[in-house]
Amino acid sequence: MTRITVDKVAVEARAASFTTRSIKQSAKLQGLGMVVAMTDLTTLEGKDSAEKVRALCRKAICPDPALKSVPSVAAICVYPRWVAEAKAQLVGSGVSVASVATAFPSGQVDLKTKLRDVEDAVKAGADEIDMVIHRGAFLSGDYTVVSDEIRATKIACGAAHLKVILETGELETYDNVVVASELAIEAGADFIKTSTGKISPAATMPVTLVMLEVIRRHFLSTGQMIGMKPAGGIQTAKQALHYLVMVKETLGDAWLDPKWFRFGASSLLNDVLLQLHRQETGTYTATYDVTES
Amino acid sequence: MSVDRLPVLKTYKLFLGGAFPRTESGRSWPIEGRKGEVFAHLCLGSRKDLRNAVVAARKAQDGWSRRDAYNRGQVLYRMAEMLEGKTAEFASAMAETVPGGVRRARKEVEAAVDRLVAYAGWADKFSQVLGCNNPVAGPFYNFTVAEAMGVVGVVAPKEEALLGLVSLLAPVLVAGNTAIVIGSETDPLATALFGEVCATSDVPPGVVNLITGKREELLEVMATHRDIDGLAAAQCSKGERILLESGIAENLKRVTIEKVKGKDWYDVEQMHSPYRIQPFVEMKTIWHPSGS
Repeated sequence: MTRITVDKVAVEARAASFTTRSIKQSAKLQGLGMVVAMTDLTTLEGKDSAEKVRALCRKAICPDPALKSVPSVAAICVYPRWVAEAKAQLVGSGVSVASVATAFPSGQVDLKTKLRDVEDAVKAGADEIDMVIHRGAFLSGDYTVVSDEIRATKIACGAAHLKVILETGELETYDNVVVASELAIEAGADFIKTSTGKISPAATMPVTLVMLEVIRRHFLSTGQMIGMKPAGGIQTAKQALHYLVMVKETLGDAWLDPKWFRFGASSLLNDVLLQLHRQETGTYTATYDVTES
Repeated sequence: MSVDRLPVLKTYKLFLGGAFPRTESGRSWPIEGRKGEVFAHLCLGSRKDLRNAVVAARKAQDGWSRRDAYNRGQVLYRMAEMLEGKTAEFASAMAETVPGGVRRARKEVEAAVDRLVAYAGWADKFSQVLGCNNPVAGPFYNFTVAEAMGVVGVVAPKEEALLGLVSLLAPVLVAGNTAIVIGSETDPLATALFGEVCATSDVPPGVVNLITGKREELLEVMATHRDIDGLAAAQCSKGERILLESGIAENLKRVTIEKVKGKDWYDVEQMHSPYRIQPFVEMKTIWHPSGS
């Protein structure tokens, strides 16, 4: 593995440059529809209940009955115990069920328990598994431990897609983000994901750019595509469009597809819907124009 | 060797969310003095400024309406104090663009100060006037109280730009609403200056938002914006009235267009009335078991 040193200043300046594009009218409309189709609508709270999950599933299938042209979201993302409930609600809808597993968000249990967590979620019907890496081991330099855990999890996933959460907010440096991304890809990740959403900072544009660059280099050397999922902290339609610009200008159009790029978010969807209402009706909206969950 | 000092001129900006930003549109607007010379350049506010103002006003509304009525009165009184201290500055600036000279302008500023004081006084008293106890058949105590309406759009009159603005704004604020004001377009200078009064009076950020701009660009956006709960306007043409009323009917909001002009703005009897607060409150009736 060639060690790469990330130029912090340049990455941050380049990430900021993606926020200055003017995206209006039909391009904006198209972008907003794309954001919806790429959303992993997420609820990961202690207060999640069966009805909360059912409501989320209904919203996932049909984000807004008043806006006929809006697509379903890509997936809903829940804790393993709600996978069966979500799966039952989403059957035949085309919306996938993603489940966080491996003792999300800290991952501070032994591997046996983590794998059991994954197997349970897969057995309950999860199409995608979002695992967390062992940040403690990573920061101690025990890369093999991290790598072996990802490999074992990949096997436990079976046919389910594996997204590997690096929790970049705990990795301290961009260089570490590069190493962790490469480790995850090498160990079998289908997607690499920035954050759990439980730690601040969560997804930022620079850190996502660093990860996109790793994906790009991997693609150029092997021809294999890896997916990317920024999660946490993306709350507005405007921010989401900035991310799409960054993906397009870093990886190209091929990645502008829910198969290869996802947003992990809970409040983003409502802001996008409000923007779409505005585009449709020509009047500015109020928060009560969309449902809560 | 003495050098003539260069005067430092004031940059007039908008007042949004407690800050003084330039207009998002980047446009400016030359204001002519009475002799036709360009006296100042103001921001020509756009609909996006208005949208940003609504976001700020909505954010501030809950906190402002939860303040004690007495405290809202204190803040309004503080605005009066600050305006009083700036009487000379307001009067000379207004006299640059409005006929009637400094003496007339001074009279307008003083009336605006008095208006703020009058409504500051109503802060913890209007609820007693507008609310009531209701006799009901049964062991209940039944009463009706006035609560804030929410975010209110204010369209200041073209003439008496300062006094008209303050007269429309004060009853809106005192009831716990937050406001987005479109200032007079014939004499926008007073609106641009009034932000300095708000910024130094403990008015929480977002409670008062002031936009200088053109009615023809902003009125429709204000009327149709679904996150504005009501409108207060004055001195509107028939076309403007229709625009406001039909726009606001779309989302079932309330619009109050005051038919006041000229000397009427100085009529204390009429203008200091607590009933001018009534259009900007929602009445809540509560049934309470009386227990005796």
